[in-house]
Amino acid sequence: MSDIILETRGLTKHYGGVQALDDANFILHAGEHVAVVGDNGAGKSTFVRQITAVEQRTAGQIFFDGKEVTHAGPLDAREAGIETVFQTLALADDLDVPSNLFLGREIFKFRLGPFSWLDRKAMRDRTMEALKTTAVKIPNVDNPIRNMSGGQRQCVAIARTAAFASKLVIMDEPTAALGVQETAQVENIIRGLKERGIPMVLVSHNLRQVFDLVDRIVVFRRGRIVASLKRDETDGNDIVSYITGVKGNADGAFA
Amino acid sequence: MSKPTSQPTGLGGLKYDASKRARANEWNIFAALIFIVVVFEVLNRLNGTSFLFNLRDNVPGLFNQQRLDIMILQVAITGIIALGVTQVIILGGIDLSSGSLVGATAMITMSFAQTALVNGNPNPKAVFGPEWMDLPVIVPIVVGLGCGIFAGFINGLLVAYTKIPPFIATLGMMVSARGASRWWSNGTPVSFPTETYATVSNGDLLGTLTFGLLHWDGQNPAVVFVALAVLFQVIMIYTLYGKHTYAIGSNEAAARMSGINVDRHKVLVYTIAGMLAGVSAVLLTSKNLTAQAGMGMMYELDAIAMAVIGGVSLSGGRGSIVGTVLGAAIFSVIISGFTSIKLDAYYQEMVKGAIIVGAVILDQWRQKNRTRG
Repeated sequence: MSDIILETRGLTKHYGGVQALDDANFILHAGEHVAVVGDNGAGKSTFVRQITAVEQRTAGQIFFDGKEVTHAGPLDAREAGIETVFQTLALADDLDVPSNLFLGREIFKFRLGPFSWLDRKAMRDRTMEALKTTAVKIPNVDNPIRNMSGGQRQCVAIARTAAFASKLVIMDEPTAALGVQETAQVENIIRGLKERGIPMVLVSHNLRQVFDLVDRIVVFRRGRIVASLKRDETDGNDIVSYITGVKGNADGAFA
Repeated sequence: MSKPTSQPTGLGGLKYDASKRARANEWNIFAALIFIVVVFEVLNRLNGTSFLFNLRDNVPGLFNQQRLDIMILQVAITGIIALGVTQVIILGGIDLSSGSLVGATAMITMSFAQTALVNGNPNPKAVFGPEWMDLPVIVPIVVGLGCGIFAGFINGLLVAYTKIPPFIATLGMMVSARGASRWWSNGTPVSFPTETYATVSNGDLLGTLTFGLLHWDGQNPAVVFVALAVLFQVIMIYTLYGKHTYAIGSNEAAARMSGINVDRHKVLVYTIAGMLAGVSAVLLTSKNLTAQAGMGMMYELDAIAMAVIGGVSLSGGRGSIVGTVLGAAIFSVIISGFTSIKLDAYYQEMVKGAIIVGAVILDQWRQKNRTRG
C-alpha cells in the first residue's frame, strides 16, 4: 500500500442537481502514468478539479502521499506537490519565460518584503536548464509569452509543471490545441517525466496518444468510473466500447 | 523590459535573429518627443520666434528659460501623479481619483503649514487655533503623504475586496475627495504657509543633496519627480513588486493560481498611487503658497494621458515608468507648444482630448499587430 501516491474513495461532486461525479474510486501508484478518458461531460475534468482543489468535493475522501488531504485551493494542492497544467493556460502573457516559470516562487538576491530584489540571472539560468531537461524548444526565452505560438506557450506551461514537479503531475488535455510537431514535443516531455519516475494523470481525448504514453487507462462515463484497464491488456475498440457504454453496466456501475 | 539574449540561436537549434528584435517601445516614444519638439520649433521660426531657444538679446541664456521652467514644473507636478497611475494601469486597473486627491490633500496639508503672523497681524486665513500654527515643516509633509496613503488604501480595499470595477471605486473616491476639499474650509482658500514650507518646492533641494555641487533653484518638484521616476523604474524592473504588478495586469487568474496574493498586492499598488498624489499635493501647495478646493482638477486625466502616450496599455500588463516620463514630456511639450504658437486655450483642450484618444487607438493597433497565434 505504501506505493500509492493518490487515492480517492467515493469521490462525489454535485453541481446543483447534476451529479457530475459519482462515487469515484481511483488509485495511482508511484511512478505510474494513468490516462483518464471518456466522452464530453463524462466527469473527467470534474474529477481533476476535485483533486487539484480548484473546486471542493461534495463527498468522499482524497488520500495523497499516504495522508488524507483536504486542500483549500489549487495553491494548497500545489504546495503539497500536485502540479497541474490547466486547459486554460495559467501564464502571464506580458512576462518572459523565466518570469512565468518562476511566477509565485521567485528567486531573490535579498528579501525586503514586496520590494525583494529578484535574482534574474539565477532564474534565467535555471529556466534554460529546465527547458533543456524537458527538451522544450523556445527560440528566445527573453521574449514575452505573447509573441509566441500556441504550441510554444503550451510548452512553457508544461515545462513549468515538469520543472517543478515533485510528487504528481496532472495534465488536462495538454495537446488539445496543438499541431503535430508541437504535440510530439509535449509527448516527449511526458516521456521524460516517466523516465524520472514522476507519476502523472493525463486527461486526453486522443486514444493514439493514450496508448503511446500511459500504463493504465481509466474510463469515465456519466460521472462514474466504468473501467480501469492496463494498456497491454486492452485495445482501442475495447476502450471505445466502455466510453460509449456498449461494455460495462447500463447504469455505469463498475465492479 | 527584456534585454537582448546572450545566445544568438535559441534552444533546440531554433533560429533566432537578434537583429530582427523589435526596438524597445520607449525609443519610439523618445523619437516622437524629439519630432514634436522640432515641429514646434519650426512652427515658431515661421513666426520669427523660437520654441526652445532664447532669441532676445536683452535676456542672457541659450534657451527660453521661462518656457522651460513652466514645462518642467508642469511635467513634475502631474508627472508624479502619473508615476502612480502608471503602476495602477499596468496592474490592470485605473485611478480616476488622483486629481481630487491632490485637491483634498492640498487643503488639509496647507492647514497644517500655516504661519501664525502675516506681516505682524494674525493669520486671516486660519483654519485651526494658534496652537496648530508654525508647526515644523515635517508635520504638513507627513499629513500630506498620510492623506494620500489613506485615500489610496481605501481605493485599494474597494478594488481588491469588494470586487467592484476600479473605474467605479476610484470614481467614487474622485467625487468624495473633491467634496471633502470643498467641505474642509467651506470653499475658502487656505493660504499663508510658513517660510520653511515654502522652501519645500522653492528651495534648492539638489544643492542640499549634493552638498552644493549642483544647483537647481526653485525646481524641487522636478528633482523629486526625477528621483521618484528612477526609484520606481528600478522597483518595477528589479523587484518582486514590479514583477507581480506586471503579472497581475497580464493575467490575474494566472497570478492568483501561481500563489501571488493578488488582493494584497492591489491594495499596495493603489496605496502607493495615493501616496504619490499626496507628494504632488505637497509640492503644488508649497509652490503656489496657497491651497484651493479646485486644485488638481482634471489632473487624473492628464496623468492617464501621460501614461497612455508613454505606451502604457490600458488593458494592463504593458508599459513602463520611463515610457510615462517620456509621455509626460510629450504632453507638456504639446501644451506649451500650442501656447507658443498662440493657439487659443479652447482649441488646446480639444486637441488634448484628441491626443488621448489617438494614443489609445495607437495602443490598440500595436496590440493587434503584436499578438499572433
